[in-house]
Order: sequence, then structure tokens, then C-alpha cells
Amino acid sequence: MKFLNQAFAVTMLNLRNLPQRAGGSVVAVVGVAAVVLVFAAVLSMAAGFERTMLLAGSDDTAIVLRSGSTAELNSGLSNDQALIVANAPGVMRDGDSPIASAELYVVVDVAKQSTGDDANVPLRGVQPFAFELRHNVKITEGRMFEEGRNELVVGRAAQSEFGGLGVGDEIRFGQTRWTVVGAFEADGSVSESELWTDLRVLQTMYNRGSSVQSVRVRLVSPEAIEELSQALADDPRIDVDVTSEKDYYSSQAKPLSQFIKIVGYPLTILMAIGAVFGALNSMYASVSVRGKEIATLRALGFGPFSVLVSTMVESTLLSLIGGIVGGVLAFALFNGFQVSTLNGASFSQVVFDFAVTPDLLSQGLVAALIIGLIGGFFPAIRAARLPVAQALREL
Amino acid sequence: MKYFGLIWKNAWRKKIRTSLTILSVLVAFLLFALLNAIGYAFRAGEDVSSAERLVVIHKISLINPLPISYEARIASTPGVAEVTHASWFGGYYQEKRNQFAQFPVDIKEYFALYPELIIAPEQLEAAAQNRIGTIVGHELAEQFGWKLGDRIPIQATIWTKADGGRTWEFELEGIMRSNDPRGSTAFMLFNHDYFDEARAFGKGTAGWYVLRIAPGADPVEVANAIDAQFANSPNETETSTEAAFAASFAKQFGNIAMIVQLILGAVFFTLLLVAGNTMSQSVRERIPELAVLKTLGFRDSTVLGIVLSESILIIALGGLLGLGIGWVLVQGMAQQLSASLPGVYLSPQALLLAVGIMIGAGIFAGFFPALKAMRLSIVDALARG
Amino acid sequence: MAEILAKLEGVSRVYQKGKERVDVLHELDLEIEKGDFLALMGPSGSGKTTLLNLLGGLDKPTAGTVSVGGATLSSMSNSQLSNWRATHVGFIFQFYNLLPVLTARKNVELPLLLTNMSAKERSKRASLALEIVGLADRANHRPRELSGGQEQRVAIARAIVSDPQLLLCDEPTGDLDRSTADEILGLLRSLNADHGKTIIMVTHDAQAANYARRTLHMDKGKLETRATA
Repeated sequence: MKFLNQAFAVTMLNLRNLPQRAGGSVVAVVGVAAVVLVFAAVLSMAAGFERTMLLAGSDDTAIVLRSGSTAELNSGLSNDQALIVANAPGVMRDGDSPIASAELYVVVDVAKQSTGDDANVPLRGVQPFAFELRHNVKITEGRMFEEGRNELVVGRAAQSEFGGLGVGDEIRFGQTRWTVVGAFEADGSVSESELWTDLRVLQTMYNRGSSVQSVRVRLVSPEAIEELSQALADDPRIDVDVTSEKDYYSSQAKPLSQFIKIVGYPLTILMAIGAVFGALNSMYASVSVRGKEIATLRALGFGPFSVLVSTMVESTLLSLIGGIVGGVLAFALFNGFQVSTLNGASFSQVVFDFAVTPDLLSQGLVAALIIGLIGGFFPAIRAARLPVAQALREL
Repeated sequence: MKYFGLIWKNAWRKKIRTSLTILSVLVAFLLFALLNAIGYAFRAGEDVSSAERLVVIHKISLINPLPISYEARIASTPGVAEVTHASWFGGYYQEKRNQFAQFPVDIKEYFALYPELIIAPEQLEAAAQNRIGTIVGHELAEQFGWKLGDRIPIQATIWTKADGGRTWEFELEGIMRSNDPRGSTAFMLFNHDYFDEARAFGKGTAGWYVLRIAPGADPVEVANAIDAQFANSPNETETSTEAAFAASFAKQFGNIAMIVQLILGAVFFTLLLVAGNTMSQSVRERIPELAVLKTLGFRDSTVLGIVLSESILIIALGGLLGLGIGWVLVQGMAQQLSASLPGVYLSPQALLLAVGIMIGAGIFAGFFPALKAMRLSIVDALARG
Repeated sequence: MAEILAKLEGVSRVYQKGKERVDVLHELDLEIEKGDFLALMGPSGSGKTTLLNLLGGLDKPTAGTVSVGGATLSSMSNSQLSNWRATHVGFIFQFYNLLPVLTARKNVELPLLLTNMSAKERSKRASLALEIVGLADRANHRPRELSGGQEQRVAIARAIVSDPQLLLCDEPTGDLDRSTADEILGLLRSLNADHGKTIIMVTHDAQAANYARRTLHMDKGKLETRATA
């Protein structure tokens, strides 16, 4: 207990003097803040992208693509094949009709609002059940497109990211003219990056006959996917892959989010190493400024342990302040910041928000803590070993 | 440079402090090198593409195919010297993660249009003669251990064969490389004729056209003339220079460049702070010494120069070490990522920029301490000592 | 009569300390002959160091003129003064003021960096200066590795290396014990007698003043002449 009392007394004394050494302390704080800021900012991109992709997938919906296709864009199914899929066992029915939507997915060039550069935007032809299949999609402005007409409903994210997609706007893709008649929300999922129209219209406009790329079906239960896969595998008329929508989107999200993580974590570690050097520097400076004070305390009978603790506490506290500052800055600057990028798997733009999650913030604080502990350790040892007599003579 | 000894000794006045500062600067420039090299990959091709080549794509989107009949019509447009076509195959080798680009092309025409691609003439001939012949970049051959004569099965994700199969088999006839150190050849070329005959759908189309304009022709006029020919047809075209095409493609990745800039901004801000703090600590400690120098007759400007040089020296030491390590790592990374993220490259411009930043940061970090040293009143400073 | 090396005419120096005016020197006249060895004594705050700083071109008078060896210091710019100091005057301080990061030889060489001398020439001159002060064997030691008396010898070597006519010493023995102080003072006297250096030395120590040719006493910014043998 005596140890702890001593350590507490020296630590409090030290912290009270902290403002006098503000210069060096600020450097340590800013260094750590920068690490946490960059860490949270970069990783929030991965988090936001994953969230956007994963929100789109539910496990009671299956997506059926031509066998071997890695994405909707690469797939192709005939109308007959699509009907076989829709009527297969395991698919939930609404009265007589199966809850299924055969869809065609093309890419159109639309200018980004911010830069005016052309970007690949997905244009999806859907059937009426598309809305029921995606639990979270709802029209929030204007109305649904009418079947058979060149009308579009646009995702909210697409609307804010790309130009000329206001409700009532007319837009041209190649030879075809379209009217935006409504906008929809989908809880920020990837669907919001898309433009939707009637499947038939899109097939006609793009000379696709009656072919589609994917069929989405509502399963009677998540487990029914086995039954559906088996039934379709046994059917000699078709050759398809059945994936739960959840798995489909998470595999689409993987390359980009992994790339960000592969870059982000080493980046953070490198920066953290840099920050450790900065913290060490400030703490050595702090110990040398406090030399006389430490020597005086030691002469009065305080032990080396209490001096060590006081230095460690100072370093850790400064780092934690830095971590909090960095985290708050990251949250204020980046959380909800909307960007869009090309997703390799679908060869089209995904609009997503940076998500500075509590998980990221706590990881950032842990990093700050580690920097503080390492940055304080060696200077603390030096402080504890300070030769008392010599330091006093230099008074 | 007779002051170098003095500057060097002063820089190492406190070895731990100077080493730590140098190490944090090292980290900053290491990051600079790595991020720059990765950023370069995202702008891939912009620098290596030619302004004399034009790319013709479908106006709606790159992924919409164009009729093969367009080739002859483009060829007869005034100002066009040579034209060829290419398509996107989108397959993988053995496993889905082994994805790289494959292009069905007219092999001879393609190499004629891309003189920067280097291949032995007999290999080129053999690949063109063999229906299932293919040419791959040396990066791919190294990665997958392919040798001439190997059979290479590629799994198609888009193009099923007319017989329903999805495995396309090719025979390796040639290995190419680029004469430009920045240019990646991590792709595969094979005969369009074989592709078009064997595929189940889409026959009679090509993904895009590449052409070289005749000497003296205006690229903008040629591009407009081509697009005008196909205006109001079901397949309108959009023609741009290869450089502009590469740039617009890179821009699709969006704000990644901005985010990289932001990170570097944060890194360098911190770096300046650390180095600036070191310098001001160091100057504060030796105010009497600086006053002595002035007493001995060193001019104000000389004292300013000595302190600034010390600051630049410390940052340059860390910076050059960081760049050096970064350069080595980038070489390794470029090899590792040659197929998945081709074009990881540390450009001379980036190195030059880094050196510029070192000097700038050195001046900035040392400026206020140096100014303080310069303005020092000898009488006051000596009185303090 | 010998040639006059330094001359002060009607020199005043006023400092502004916050709102207070401090008259450090008041209308002071002084002539110093070439080859003189002058001790300046007086209580703290009497203006000794200020007088020394004016003679060394480190400070400028508020009024009056200071000229040394034909140069009017009081009307020179700061950079002119820097150049002048580099070749015309050597300073010796109470606390030696050597650069701790440099060896003795490099410390002595410092003033020569301001000339166009080659590195070889600089090193030769520095060795010579160290020899004069009797420290040739310590040339490669750092200040920390030297005793106080040795440090002061290095400082003296630095002061004479560019061969100035005038040496200004501010309490050169203030930090040394008696016998070391006597050695240093003997060295100064030999520099005066054998090498013809004009020396002005501020001191509190009457015994130190005995080494000088004459002693001046200062009080409240004024001089009172009192020749000492």
C-alpha cells in the first residue's frame, strides 16, 4: 500500500506540472491522434462498404445464376430457364405465383455529381416481386415505374452521387430516353446505388430478347436452399449455381474490403511505430525536464517505483487523450461521408458511407494505449534509474 | 560545405532524440513510397498509354459489345492508320482467385498496334498460326510456372462454349514483356477467330476497337468522324484517346486518390510537428552556444543557415532511408501483386516529389527555431548562460 | 606616446527594462593604447560587461562613438560587425562557452571557418594556437573531458586563432581555483607581453587585476582612473 500511495503522490505531482511541458506533450498527443484518425478513417471505408453490401443480402432469398458465373453481369439465362427456377421446390409462393424476380443487369454511363466524370452505374430490369424480395426497399418519392414504359426509379444513394437523376428528370443512355418517376430507399444497402426499371422494357431497349441474368427467389425458409439447389442440379434442362443472397453479396464485398484491410492495418502499424518514436521523444524530454524534481523526490525518500509509475501514467494519459481526439475527429469528419467506387465483381459503382463504428473506435483506443505504454516504458526506466546525487549537483 | 562538420555534430547532440526523430521521418517516407506506388496502380496505364492511339467503345458502356463489321468502317475513316479489335474474356485459371485479364484479339494486328509489347517474332508467328495459341505476359508465366508448349485451361465466367463447356484450353506459344518498366503485361492474348467460332452467344461482335491515327491527323477530328458515322444507330460509339480512356477508367475508383492524399497529409503534418519540436528543443538548449558563434563573428544569416541545414539534414536522413526501404518493398510488392494489382510502381516523379517534401519539411520544421537563433541578441543570450 | 587602439567618446548606454530606463553607461570617455593590458573592476551592475560588449561590437551605444583600430563600431551594421569580430577581436568568457559537441581542435577552428582558409591550413593554425596555450596533447578531447582550466585554455586558443589585436575577457578566472587562475592569468600576461595582444579584462578579483598593466574602476556607469603598478 505504501508503494501505491507514493506512486499516487508522485503521479499527481507530475500531472500537475504537465502544463509547463505543454510543447512536447502536444506533439505526443497529436502524433497518436493522427494514428487513430487515419486508422479509423481508412478502416471505416471497409466497414461502410461491407455494411452496404451485407445489408442487401438476406438468407431467405436465393440468387440463381448460370453455373460458373462469378457475378450477375457474367451470367445469362433464358426465359424458360428462369421459369423453371421460379417454379422449383423450396420457393415460397404468394397464392399461385412464386415469389421470384428474373432480372437483367446492365451498366450505363452516368456522370458523377461531384466531378462530372462518367461512372458505370447499374441499371436493373426487375419483375414486380423484386420489391417484396428485398425487404428494405420502399419508394420514398414519386411513384413506381409503369410496366412497359421507359420509366426509372432510382436509389437514393445513386440519386445523390450521380447527376440528373431527380424525380421528373429525363435522361438518355445511348439511343434510349428515360424518365425518372420515383426514388427508393433500402436502408443504405447496395440496392440504393442502382436504377430500376421494368424487365421487359430493358430487354427490348438492349436487344436482349427474353434473356435474363439472374433469378431471385424467396425461400420458404433459409434451409430450403438445399432443397432448391438439389432440385435444380437434378434438372437436366438447366445448369445453374444457387447461392443465398447473403453469401452472394458478402463474396462480392470481399475483394475491396479485404484490399482496404490489407492496406489499412499495416499502414496503421507503421504509423503507430512512428508515433511510438514521437512519444518516446516527448517522454525522454519530459524526464529530462523533470530531472531535478525527480532527484529531489528521491532524496526525500520516494522510491524508484513511484517515479516509474508517474512517467508511465503521464505517457499513457497523453496517448489516450490523443486517441480520443483522433477518434472524435474521425467520427466528426468521416462518419457518414458518402463515396462511390467501382466494385470489380459487378463492374459498376457502389455508393456507400464511411462507417466509423464503435468497434473501430475501441480498436483505435487500444492502439493508442499500446503506443502510450511503449512510449512511456523506456523513459520511465531512465527516470527511475536517474542517479540522484548527480542530478542534485546539477541544480 | 566547410560547416558540414559543425552541422553534423550538432544534429547528433542528443543521439536518442535525433535517432527517434529520424525514425519517425523514416516511417513517414516509407508510407509515402508505399502509398504512392499503390496509388500509381490505380491510375494504371495513364502514364503508359499513348495519345496517338484511340479507343472506340459502345456509347452506353464499355461492356456493351460492338458489331465486328465496324472494324472495316473505322479503318476507312480518314485519318485512321491501323485498327484492331479486342474483347473482354473474364476468366480465371484453376481457382477463382487466380483472375487476370484475357483478351481475344487478332494477335498480329494487336502487336502491330502496341509496339511497346516485346515478343520473339517466331513466337508471335506460332501463336497466330495455332488456333488455340496464346501469348501471356512474363509476370503470369512466372507466377503460374508456365512454359512454352504448356496447355492452359481457363474457366470462363461469361463465355460458355457452344457445346456448353466452360473450360477453354489454350496452348502457350509466346511470352511477352513491355519495353517500358512501368508497363504491366499481366494479361493473356489469344485468337479472336477461335473465340468467336466457339462461343455460345455474342458471335460477330467485339468488345472495343483500338486504332492508331495517321501521322499529322488530329485525334479529336478523327474521334468525332468515327462517332458521327455511327450516330443514331443502335450501337453508337464513343471514341477517346487511350490516355483519356485510361484516365476515365481510373476515375471510376473515385476518391481513393483523395483518401491517399488525406492520409499522407495527416502523416506529414505529424512528421512536421515531431521534427519541428525536436528542432526547437535543440535550439532552445543551445542558445548560449549560438550566441558564442555570433560573438566569434558568424553572421546572422550564417547562423540561420546552420540551423536550417541541421533540420533539413535530419529530415533528409530519415527520408532517404525511408524511401530506400520503401523502394525495396515496392519491388517485392510489385512482383507479388503483378497479376491482381498490376502497375505498382514508384515513379521517378514520386521520388523527386519526396525529396522536395524533405527539403520543404526541413525548412518548415527548422524555420521558427532558426529564426529565433538568428534574431538572438548576443548580450541577452550570454547573460543567460 | 603609443598608438591608440580603442577609443570611446561620450558613450552612453541606456536599457529599457519594461517601463523603466536603466542608465548603464553615462557619457563615458576612454582611450586604450595598443599593447595595453587593462583590468576593469567594479561592483555588479557598474557597467563593466556592457563596456566590454561595446568594445567587442556585440552591443551598440545609445549615444557617443566607439572606435577600435580605426573602425567606428558604433556606426556599423550588424553584418559588418560580424565580419569585423571574426578577424579583429577575441572573446574569453567566465564559463568558457565551448561547443560541447566539438573536440578542442574543432572548437578552436570555428572562427577560421569564416575565412577562405583550406581545411589543412585551418587545422595547422588551430594546432599552433593550442600549442601556445599548452594544450597540444588535448586537441582531440571534447570539452566534457577537460578540466575547467583546460577548457579556458581552449577558449583562449579559440580567441587568438584568427590573430586579433584585441582580446576581451569577461571574468576569465571567475570559475577557477586560485592556482589554475594564476596559470590562466600568466598565460594572458604572456600573450600581452610576448605576442603583443591588447587585453581588456573584467574581473572582481584584485589579485587577478595585479597581472594587468593598469586597472580602471567603474561605478554606476562611470570610470575613475587609478593607475596601478
